[in-house]
Amino acid sequence: MRKLKNLIMTGLLALATLICLLPLLLLLYYVIKMGISSINLDFFLNNPKPMGEAGGGMLNSIIGTIIVLAMASLIGIPIGLVTGIYLAENKGTKLAEWVRLATEVLVGIPSIVIGILVYGWLVKSMKTFSAFSGSIALTIIMIPILARSTEEVLLMVPHTLKEAAYALGASRWKTQWMIVMKTAMGGIVSAILSSIGRIAGETAPLLFTAFGNQFFSTKLFRPISTLPIQIFTYARSPNIVQNRMAWAGSLLLVGMVLVLNMSAKWIGYVVLKRRNK
Amino acid sequence: MNSEETTIRAKEFSAWYGDFKVLKNISLSIPTNYVTAVIGPSGCGKTTFVRCINRLHELTPGAKVTGELRLNEKNIYQTDPMQIRRTIGMVFQRPNPFPTMTIAGNVMAGYTLNGIRLKTSEYKEIVEDSLRKAALWDEVKDKLNKYGTELSGGQQQRLCIARAIATKPTVILFDEPCSALDPIATGKIEELIRELRSHYTIIIVTHNMQQAGRVADFTAFFMMGELIEFDRTETVFTNPAKSLTEDYITGRFG
Repeated sequence: MRKLKNLIMTGLLALATLICLLPLLLLLYYVIKMGISSINLDFFLNNPKPMGEAGGGMLNSIIGTIIVLAMASLIGIPIGLVTGIYLAENKGTKLAEWVRLATEVLVGIPSIVIGILVYGWLVKSMKTFSAFSGSIALTIIMIPILARSTEEVLLMVPHTLKEAAYALGASRWKTQWMIVMKTAMGGIVSAILSSIGRIAGETAPLLFTAFGNQFFSTKLFRPISTLPIQIFTYARSPNIVQNRMAWAGSLLLVGMVLVLNMSAKWIGYVVLKRRNK
Repeated sequence: MNSEETTIRAKEFSAWYGDFKVLKNISLSIPTNYVTAVIGPSGCGKTTFVRCINRLHELTPGAKVTGELRLNEKNIYQTDPMQIRRTIGMVFQRPNPFPTMTIAGNVMAGYTLNGIRLKTSEYKEIVEDSLRKAALWDEVKDKLNKYGTELSGGQQQRLCIARAIATKPTVILFDEPCSALDPIATGKIEELIRELRSHYTIIIVTHNMQQAGRVADFTAFFMMGELIEFDRTETVFTNPAKSLTEDYITGRFG
């Protein structure tokens, strides 16, 4: 009887795990099946052709995504990290609690609202959609996520290490920099990569900021094409060739996010393993 | 017992965590180049007392102190805390080598963390000397560039002792240094403390009365934040002046 119960419970747990995994597996299967046929050298090296013409690729969107993500990271990573350090170092103070609350609220705000906000701030005042405004929208999404995960990672550094550094006469600055940050470095890199992965696929905030562009552009203050928006455009197109492109773009985007997240995990794992040898 | 020189002198010294008075008017002289054990039941303030000596206590929010605490006549609380901590080494309850540093790097952490650059020859000399004094040299001399966390618990604790010795302190504080170690590792640390005594003034907080009996020349008995008795260890253990001390030592409470 007990054995039977055990068997049933184990079966249920396995089933639950499978149900959890199923969407991911199905998604990967479907995206690969639909997208792989359009992924070739042309896809990476050519700009889109006008509707009706054969061939063409997504070069402009790939470059656009890289530019927008790079700029968002350049602004977002330092601010996110510093905020995270502040939160971890000043736990319990009033200002830190307010900042923490703010990051929580910010994480919960629908990303399209952030897009509209940046539209009002930047696009209207600059009178043009731009890669820059898209980056700012993504930065606003990235900062609270990175700040919170940085805080978590830093709080995992044992307090005893800090005390050991202080007991040796180290200053607060040196302790923070040479002991806490270094010990948490693997986790911090993971946090950065995951936060980039988190914003890489955002579409809504880019709709009225980066806007999209049929042509190749690297200008920061001009509209720019990005993968998510191009996928959005192509998926709604009545043209089957463009629909296929949308699948291929999705495959690339999913691949990028997967690589970012997996390298984040891998770095965390390697650092942990090296320490516990 | 007043014939010895004094390294650390407390006078009417009190410490608080917020509104809670952890140490109540402690007056006590710790003799130079002897081992002094601080014993007492949990929560009696013994750890707080040693953490006040190197000013780690004040890192806790809400902590404050009153009264006087002197290191060689220099008022500890009127000196730069970073300078005080460099002359007073500390070994903690659990071995805490820096996981990002090698064995040699851990020994020299007191220098790198304070931005002191040394010549390679001098660096090597201090590494070897400190590890020898911590009775660890023979075990690690071939793997100085391995991570400190790869050592066993007892070895890690001796590495932490080497790290405390490296900066050439005059006082070393041990806060229950063996509470996370097995009996063999404990024996090694105790032996080491006995040897270190000739060069350093040592204060050891311990839960373990046998340990106090084995390593300490002097013993201070704390209870509820007060210093009940301070004398030579054999006097405290065999002929205590206060009945509270006797009750604790004979195991009637604690």
